[in-house]
Amino acid sequence: MVNVIPKSLKEALKFLQEKPYTIIAGGTDLMVQKRGWSSTNPEFKQPVLFIANLAELNYVKVDSKAIFIGATTTLSTLLNHPSIPDIYKDALFEMASVGIRNSATIAGNIANASPAGDSLPVLYALNAVVVVQNIERKREIAIKDFITGVRKITLQEDEMITEIIIPKDVFTHRKWVKVGGRRADAISKISFVGLANIKNKKIVDFRIALGAVAPTVVRQEKIEAQCIGKTVEELQNNIEDIVAQYQQFIVPITDQRSTKAYREQISHNIIVDFIKSLSK
Amino acid sequence: METIKFTLNHKVVEVEINETKRLLDVLREHFLLTGVKEGCGEGECGACAVLLDGDIVNSCMVPIANVKDHDVVTIEGYSKTKNFEVLKEAYAEEGAVQCGFCTPGMMIASEALLRKNPHPTEEDIKNGISGNLCRCTGYNMIIKAVQRASKSGEGLW
Repeated sequence: MVNVIPKSLKEALKFLQEKPYTIIAGGTDLMVQKRGWSSTNPEFKQPVLFIANLAELNYVKVDSKAIFIGATTTLSTLLNHPSIPDIYKDALFEMASVGIRNSATIAGNIANASPAGDSLPVLYALNAVVVVQNIERKREIAIKDFITGVRKITLQEDEMITEIIIPKDVFTHRKWVKVGGRRADAISKISFVGLANIKNKKIVDFRIALGAVAPTVVRQEKIEAQCIGKTVEELQNNIEDIVAQYQQFIVPITDQRSTKAYREQISHNIIVDFIKSLSK
Repeated sequence: METIKFTLNHKVVEVEINETKRLLDVLREHFLLTGVKEGCGEGECGACAVLLDGDIVNSCMVPIANVKDHDVVTIEGYSKTKNFEVLKEAYAEEGAVQCGFCTPGMMIASEALLRKNPHPTEEDIKNGISGNLCRCTGYNMIIKAVQRASKSGEGLW
């Protein structure tokens, strides 16, 4: 098995055209998932393509409509970048720890597709788009279509993630909640993102995303559409109905981190709390 | 296997080794730098922390391929600096070392923090060392040590 360290994106895509590789950027998920006993080598079933050093994918660019993030940009870079939306920084700040954020990448968090991946609810709520490339073409896929299940993504064997696009939208209210066993290095019991844009007490934009309560992130644009156009007061009078609608999509499991009942109750409470906070 | 060249403790080194090998294992076994510890092996404890291009990383999660052409400093290299002397003194004064297993990682975390933020608040320090576990001190002494170093090392960072 020959592992490769490509010098350019083009070279990386050529390798992928020849045969399948396991792609590693920061390595913070894969190096642990594949680690060997004691100090023996990690066990990869396929040769590995290392992309962390592809400088051409390490960038944050901004235009009037969107933010473009290169696949090897680390979480620390994003946390310290002036153009990254505050709601995203709220989540990044509570992800892992400084040392892990210095290695871990946004593309890696997406590719890992864990139900508890903390950047995912934010990316769903912000309508992020994943850009993937093979040697011949580029595809742009909405994140909700890119992640298809627990650790399942729609990446072909000859493709890699090269960029994430986050549209620039305006929000007057935001709420990020991570419920975890401790503040650093904790895998979420649940995570919540609430975003709203309110003008003259009227809801112009309203988005909710929840992590770790279903196989993939829960975001229900149909429920959101019912909330948009209402006044804050109307929405708040309707709170039980909204929560009840969300409940059918909140289908958590009991595992080593939390129980089904706890996750259901907390999700309920946070949605109520978010809607109540909109009058502030 | 590709030859991987990088700077280790201010010297250029080369290794020919499986590219997936953990930086932690290369440091300990190939370069005999045993100040770098393996605690959990999964990014929870920070005992394996080193500086990569001046930023803290967990060497148990870094494949050796990723340090190609980069700069790695372990506690051994760091211990030859003036900053280390100030930090060591502060750790000693505050009683921030008990069993010592977390100490190399804690000092790397302290240095990484002070480099970015020479006058950290208590909250900043808690965040800076949030990836490092210590089961002896209860952390207060470590936090005080960083505060002390920040004062006594004024101008260094």
